[in-house]
Amino acid sequence: MENENSTTVTRRDFLKMAWGTLGAVALAEMGIAAFTFSLPRLDEGEFGATFTCGAVDDFPPGSVTLFTQGRFYLVRLAGGGFLALYRVCTHLGCAVPWDPVEGQFVCPCHASAFDQTGAVLNPPAPRPLDLFPVTITDGTVTVDTARPVRRDHFLPEQAVYAEAS
Amino acid sequence: MTSNLTTNLKRFWRSVIREPYTGDRRSRLRVVMNNLILHIHPAQVPTRALRFTYTWGLGGLSALLVVLLAVTGSMLLFHYTPSPDAAYNSILALQTDVWFGALVRNLHHWAGNLLLVVAFLHLLRVFFTGAFRPPREFNWLLGISLLLLVVVSNFTGYLLPWDQLAYWGITVGISILSYIPVAGAWISRLLLGGPEIGAATLLNFYALHIAVIPMAMLFIMSYHFWRVRKDGFSIPRTVAEPPVERVEKSMTMTDLVRPEAVMATVAIAALTIWSMAVAAPLEPLANPAVSPNPAKAPWYFMGIQELLLHFHPLVGAIILPAVVLFVLAALPYLDTDMDAVGIYFRSRRGRWLSLFSFLWGVLITLIYVIVDEFFLDWAALFPGLPSLIANGLVPFALLWLGIIGYFELTRRATRATRCEAILATFVLMLAGFITLTVVGVFFRGPGMALIY
Repeated sequence: MENENSTTVTRRDFLKMAWGTLGAVALAEMGIAAFTFSLPRLDEGEFGATFTCGAVDDFPPGSVTLFTQGRFYLVRLAGGGFLALYRVCTHLGCAVPWDPVEGQFVCPCHASAFDQTGAVLNPPAPRPLDLFPVTITDGTVTVDTARPVRRDHFLPEQAVYAEAS
Repeated sequence: MTSNLTTNLKRFWRSVIREPYTGDRRSRLRVVMNNLILHIHPAQVPTRALRFTYTWGLGGLSALLVVLLAVTGSMLLFHYTPSPDAAYNSILALQTDVWFGALVRNLHHWAGNLLLVVAFLHLLRVFFTGAFRPPREFNWLLGISLLLLVVVSNFTGYLLPWDQLAYWGITVGISILSYIPVAGAWISRLLLGGPEIGAATLLNFYALHIAVIPMAMLFIMSYHFWRVRKDGFSIPRTVAEPPVERVEKSMTMTDLVRPEAVMATVAIAALTIWSMAVAAPLEPLANPAVSPNPAKAPWYFMGIQELLLHFHPLVGAIILPAVVLFVLAALPYLDTDMDAVGIYFRSRRGRWLSLFSFLWGVLITLIYVIVDEFFLDWAALFPGLPSLIANGLVPFALLWLGIIGYFELTRRATRATRCEAILATFVLMLAGFITLTVVGVFFRGPGMALIY
């Protein structure tokens, strides 16, 4: 036993470490399983799917059209560009109705107001209404509601235009 | 034959109770140790700790309400369907077609709301009497965990009726959570089970409400009670009195058990009468397209929602409550110079400071709410700065400076000890919180504008 002192790991230590490691791995596995188990499950075809809104010409410039099932307003700006605004207020999640007389979205909960582009006219909303991506193919407008896109300001390039035919 | 039956019944009863109760001193001691329910108590308790006006029976009342909630909750399970299509109708059917259905629902509703109040008062009692000092500081933490579980339990139960109140209260509540930095959006999505409140949310909340939270509460409550027994009761004393050296003891059976039974009976009777007279609210079926005006969170979150009207959401709803909660949890570890366990409000000076701080807290909060509503615009004071800084971190820093300033001022101006200054600051913030909640619940109308 001349190597007695140079051995830093005894058999007992080794077994302890092995058990400890195995236990930690098992705990991690259970944690991952529990976590993935509780992840959201999405039903296809519900809100979150892609909506076909109609022909470009169905929406006159300056119009705001609510798609109840899709939770969005399809806005056609005066310049002809399209925006799909998520109906949910960026402050605390209330449903924001369009007020056609004032030409504003006014939240009933905390009086946040947004203009036609979704930009904040009146706080407490901290940022403009979220956008859904708009696609125009062959003169048909579709909106993908899978994930709302956050933005800090309205920029003209957020509007989607029909390709000149 | 009858005598044989009686004998057998006696034998059976004898097997249930383990030991006959004769009422003599030895038996009164042994019954507490040998009875499943009674053994939560020690066999003897300090006579002084029995004084009702010291504890107000708040811990026992909380436990009783939890039992009531478990019983009424189990009954409701038999008539409730956790799906958006059926939930509201099952509540309507419960209220109209089920015998005593409305009464059981009312009892569950009011017991749940009362539990929030009683558990919070219990926390205040323990703080004001200094009972969280060693060796009870860890039990203070267990108590705070239980209070949080009660809040989560109320919040998850709030969605289940699936009416307008439920739908928009929870929408606002979860939107508050989504302001947590980095993890917020993810947490809200996990709770919602999707992008907005729907079938998955209802099922999530249902499972949390009826299984996960009750089990966690049962476990932590047992731990809490066990620590009360192990750590012992704090002994009340008058302002000038030194700590009691030799404590006189009373018999748990019946000097403690009798008042407990009286209190429980009175509480159950009062709650039942209240529930017969006042119905739990039920609004029209949830409509995701129409937010009511104003849309309010559940009342116990109205203090936080009121903060949201004044500060950037990250500060008002997350940072400020998180800091307050952390300090609250750390209190027994900060309050190091106290020798006032058992004295309400620490000392004569502590009592005056508490009264003064409470009035001061109400006044400052009211003034700030009114000034901020009509005159003050943080964003306009700092043009060009993002809302988070102008309307969030700047007022937060000022508020925190004010709180620390109040602590230091109390120490210097009134020569208060550290624990008295902590008491004064605590009462100041408590008064602010209560005022905000009252303003939010009663004085906010359409568009959350001040009404009076």
